[in-house]
Amino acid sequence: MKMSKSPWLLHYDGSSCNGCDIEVLAATTPVYDVERFGVVNTGNPKHADIFLITGGVNDQNKEVVKQLYDQMPDPKVVVAIGICACDGGIFKECYNILGGADKVIPVDIYVPGCAARPEAIIDGVVKAVALLDQKREQMKAAESAEGGAEHD
Amino acid sequence: MEVWITVLKVVLFIVLAPFVGGLLSGLDRKITARFQGRQGPPLLQPFYDLAKLFNKQSLIVNKFQVFLIGGYVMFTVFTGCLFFAGGDLLLAFFALTLGETFFLMAAFSANSPFSAMGVQREMVQTMCTEPMILIATIGFYRATGSFMVSDIVKVGTSPIVYLPGMFIGFLFILTIKLRKSPFDLSTSHHAHQEMVKGTTTDLTGNIFALIELSEWYEQVLLLAYIALFIINRNPWSILAAVVVCLLCYFLEILVDNVFPRVKWDKMFRSAWIVTLIFGGVNLLAILFLNVIH
Amino acid sequence: MGIIAFLIFFPFLAAVVLSLMKKQSKARDGVVIASCVLIIAAAVTLAVTFLSSGRTQEYLVEAPLWNNLILAGEIFLMLLVFYYGFRYRKYYVVLLSAAGTIPIVWEELAGYGVEGKNHITVDYLTVIMCLIVGVVGSLICLYAIGYMKDYHRHHTEYRNRTPFFLSILFVFLGAMFGLVLSANLSWMFFFWEITSICSFLLIGYSQTDIAIRNSFRALWMNLLGGFGFAMAILYCTFVLKIANIQDLVNIGSQNGGATFVVVPVAFLAFAALTKSAQMPFSGWLLGAMVAPTPTSALLHSATMVKAGVYLLIRLSPAMQGTVPGLMVVLVGGFTFFAASVLAISQSDGKKVLAYSTISNLGLIAACAGVGTYESAWAAILLMIFHAVAKSLMFLSTGAVENCTGSRDIEDMHGLIVRLPKLAFVMIIGIFGMYLAPFGMLIAKWAALKSFVDSGNILLMLFLAFGSGTTMFYWTKWLGKLIAVPHSSRPHPDTIHRDERVTLATLASLVVILCILFPVISANLVRPVLVAMFHTTSLSVITRGDVPIMLLMMCMIVILPVAARLLTLGKKNKPVLAYMAGVNKGDDCTFVDSFGESKQMYLANWYFTDLFGEEKILKPCLAIAAAVIVVLMVVVIGGVL
Repeated sequence: MKMSKSPWLLHYDGSSCNGCDIEVLAATTPVYDVERFGVVNTGNPKHADIFLITGGVNDQNKEVVKQLYDQMPDPKVVVAIGICACDGGIFKECYNILGGADKVIPVDIYVPGCAARPEAIIDGVVKAVALLDQKREQMKAAESAEGGAEHD
Repeated sequence: MEVWITVLKVVLFIVLAPFVGGLLSGLDRKITARFQGRQGPPLLQPFYDLAKLFNKQSLIVNKFQVFLIGGYVMFTVFTGCLFFAGGDLLLAFFALTLGETFFLMAAFSANSPFSAMGVQREMVQTMCTEPMILIATIGFYRATGSFMVSDIVKVGTSPIVYLPGMFIGFLFILTIKLRKSPFDLSTSHHAHQEMVKGTTTDLTGNIFALIELSEWYEQVLLLAYIALFIINRNPWSILAAVVVCLLCYFLEILVDNVFPRVKWDKMFRSAWIVTLIFGGVNLLAILFLNVIH
Repeated sequence: MGIIAFLIFFPFLAAVVLSLMKKQSKARDGVVIASCVLIIAAAVTLAVTFLSSGRTQEYLVEAPLWNNLILAGEIFLMLLVFYYGFRYRKYYVVLLSAAGTIPIVWEELAGYGVEGKNHITVDYLTVIMCLIVGVVGSLICLYAIGYMKDYHRHHTEYRNRTPFFLSILFVFLGAMFGLVLSANLSWMFFFWEITSICSFLLIGYSQTDIAIRNSFRALWMNLLGGFGFAMAILYCTFVLKIANIQDLVNIGSQNGGATFVVVPVAFLAFAALTKSAQMPFSGWLLGAMVAPTPTSALLHSATMVKAGVYLLIRLSPAMQGTVPGLMVVLVGGFTFFAASVLAISQSDGKKVLAYSTISNLGLIAACAGVGTYESAWAAILLMIFHAVAKSLMFLSTGAVENCTGSRDIEDMHGLIVRLPKLAFVMIIGIFGMYLAPFGMLIAKWAALKSFVDSGNILLMLFLAFGSGTTMFYWTKWLGKLIAVPHSSRPHPDTIHRDERVTLATLASLVVILCILFPVISANLVRPVLVAMFHTTSLSVITRGDVPIMLLMMCMIVILPVAARLLTLGKKNKPVLAYMAGVNKGDDCTFVDSFGESKQMYLANWYFTDLFGEEKILKPCLAIAAAVIVVLMVVVIGGVL
């Protein structure tokens, strides 16, 4: 069974204007019914497969973003939602902003927009889901290689 | 010969219960979605979730976690086996409590604020359900003359005739046991704002999958307990029991969708009062009527 | 006979020797160790010799000399109470002591005493009690050696009276042996009063105001019980013309509920309820917590409180379906429930243990009061398992206190990392107290069955709700022990060797007793019941269930291996606990909104606004007192 059948989300708001957050939450409302695809908004990194991050990263939340990412079990995919999460956006030049999410964690999918629309977000998640399967395959291959090495 | 039938029953339980439990969960999610005017996930979604969880890496917060969760899984399955083998209801109940204690210990050992809050609430939930389960078990004994499941299913009239109050009381605590809203305090399948996932916050990957799996076992076990109220010597009563179980499950889903979550003290008070009124009065009645042996 | 004399007299001898050894020395430790070993050996020898013959043995049919000595002893005890009563201006204890002792002395001196029956009996129940007192009691004394050294290191403000303390412990053991071996009511009364006064002296050990206050509370409550005992003796002597407890039980069980036997049984039951700290007399046991840990362990687990339930179990056949039986059942059942609720609101480890003791004793008392074969079986097994598991809990709590300086359960957070061995022992103790397949639970199970068969709905409800609350307070303690905070380091383990020996022995006893439970049940408990109820033995736990429980035991043992298999050879990656992403390096500190690190503190729930002592203790005591008063009035009124 593929991992893509059950992508669970974690949503984190960096220093966004909340526009993208509202859109992310809108995308998970019954109107769009993402549960059709097995999507669940978990709110817990330890249960999540896909990390949706909105807003840029600043000095204060840098550690938080890193920790959330570290506490997600492999395989995992990071989706930066909105232009701020992609590269800092309108806040890029602010004194406290480090830039997009990719300054602290590896981002896989970029969903631009100000704010990103629910359709775009869902599209990003769909891309992330495909990537999840890919990553699982890689993980398996690495595991069996390692296991093989151990047996030798 | 009889031994082999018992073994067969146990094996059937171990193999089939996860499927039944998983399907019921899928049904739950589907029906809930329909209540909310959505299409909802596929019926087999819980199995997809489980498969995914087994495929994920597992992160642990300490070395005891796996051990304690192992205890939870083992004793939950063991309880089910004991029940379906026709064993002693009380012993099955004690084994279930032991399993539950392992689960609580696992949540305690995580030492995270969310697990800790969840586990305190989970203990309150256990304190709410325990009296009613015990009283219902006593009720079965007084109504049928035996604590053995194998004897209880052979009675002439369904125990529910003598135990209507206990049945209602048990339905009430079933909501707590299944962690359905309004009593999904310790952990929930709905979003939880203040404590993330409560007791299961720090369980990941295949360890979390084991938790889901044993919840399915437990679900089947609890419904089997409901069925015990209905089943009698007549084989057709099994069909009736299945129908009643499904109705009860549907009722739980309905309640889950209609009521908002309550605070622990409201749950505690209501559970004990319901236990005392429905369980206690029913017990008094059967003692008074002396329907024994 | 020699071994019986040894069991009764040797502890007194050891007490005298110890009281003379004022200086702390290797020699004194040696004396304690040797005495403990001898007592254990003697108790085991008694058990073995008795079991090999299997016949009830009766001794000392004529014992005028001993009778006089015991009379003198009773007067001495009364004078001792007078001394303390006048010295601390607590005149009510003087009155109570006089009211209990003087009539007995008068009756004996005036020659009304009934003679011609044995004074000492050895039967199965006696042997069980001797084993409990001998083994658990001696282990506690052994533990006291190391404990008292640490105690006085921590509490330099108290005068070091260790010799006195140790000698009283041994007097206590001697008195307990005397009590369980005596068949004559007056003799029992004498030993009964010794235990009351010993507990008084031990509780007042530190001589602080609170200790003195609590010791007098213990004294008056126990003397009140002693007064009840004395009334029972007088009634037996003048109305029934008997002096032997077995005769009373026989008459009682043959004339079930007849008014003339109900009175002494009620008085004895009343005395037993005070001794085993049932509500409304629970106060003295809680007050006993001010004393050093060996005291509480000895009072709570092996001796003092067991004296009360021992008497109830003896009386059990005479209580079935009678008013005194009803009194014991109601008070015991209510106490089981109420004390377990109160235990939830406590965070002091010893206080939780005290409430749990009261609660468990309530259950034992209720079982004895039901007075059927099954319930007595449950009562005896509960008594055995409780003695072992509870003393283990007390002593390990004391050891934790000596190591970390606190006995608060909140401070035991993460003990499994800081003091792994002690935590492990404690976990065994807690498992032993309330979880399947350990002993207490098996006995509770039998208790439930017997309650259901007796048809007493109140008891069933008390048990159903009480087991929910019991589970709550034990599990949250268990949870504190098992929590694994990342930053904590092992704590220096400063437990003495003799403490270690005691803890290890008791912990293994908890496990061994569980495995051997069918053997104990068949060879020790069943004969007691056959003798008591004159029925051929029924099996209380269905035969098929015993292997299932053993299977559960095996499952717990193989759990580590199974857990390994369940993870399917996956590599687990350790991470920190989830704290919303703001952990500060470990899972005990987090970054607050000002960017500063803050300590996290995880507390258990106590529900003080719902179950607090100030909220429900008084109403509970009032209810229990009302039950006792009403039913005692009914009993006495029935005769008049």
